[in-house]
Amino acid sequence: MSVAPVEVEQADTEAVVVPDKPWVTIVWNDPVNLMSYVAFVFQKHFGYPKEKADKLMMDVHQKGKAVVSNGSREEMERDVEAMHGYGLWATLQHDT
Amino acid sequence: MVAGFRRARKGGVAVTFGADDERWLRHVLGEMLELLEPPDGADSVGGAEDPLAAAVGIGTSTTAPEDPALARLFPDGYTEDPEASADFRRHTEPGLRAAKRAALQTALSTLSSDPVVLDEEEAESWLRALNDTRLVLGERLGVTEELDELLDSLAAGDPEDPRLAMFWVYDRLTYLEESLVQALSGGS
Repeated sequence: MSVAPVEVEQADTEAVVVPDKPWVTIVWNDPVNLMSYVAFVFQKHFGYPKEKADKLMMDVHQKGKAVVSNGSREEMERDVEAMHGYGLWATLQHDT
Repeated sequence: MVAGFRRARKGGVAVTFGADDERWLRHVLGEMLELLEPPDGADSVGGAEDPLAAAVGIGTSTTAPEDPALARLFPDGYTEDPEASADFRRHTEPGLRAAKRAALQTALSTLSSDPVVLDEEEAESWLRALNDTRLVLGERLGVTEELDELLDSLAAGDPEDPRLAMFWVYDRLTYLEESLVQALSGGS
């Protein structure tokens, strides 16, 4: 991602995966999407509070990817489709 | 020089474009609409779209577009499962393409007002249109995390290089998008 106007304190990644919701949506880093925009999308689409959205955005930026949601395969396909609608690079996979 | 988006007094966001801004924005957004025209059957199975499938929004493309910029706008849904990716693409790409075109059309149809005043929904269309356009230009320019290096190499090269103008547009769109995100996030 480009432009880094925000500073976010790093914390350990929370476990967002629970056993009965075995599919995950992953957002991957890319050099064009703005950091502010990615955090905005996480708040807007998932309804995450600003702190969580910022933290996930920083995970994408610094670690190259982040799990942003989990659920059934159908739910994750809807999330990935929504991310593609916003221009974020996202995929889903079965969590192993 | 284009000024950024700001929070509008009566809600929504506003921006004031000069004649030059309006001209280059109209040009680049129009080019995006052309790029996103529905495929004419050339890349579909059997040579033509299935009219029944098309009616319910299911496409026939099963692989990522050959143009890397289009492939960036319509990426695979799965990293290691081509069959699932193909199925996902058939069910999502036509709708995504239509939504991206609609966002660009909203931006183009509101571009001429002075000032441009947008409600939240129109502002989100602008946001998507600006971002998609940056993704395409970024792909064409070969943008990496090291933006300064790209700029240095362009500046040191041929002054007639068309990528110089493209980079200028990319940079202006970045500024506009950042200001729009801030305005929508409740900033000034």
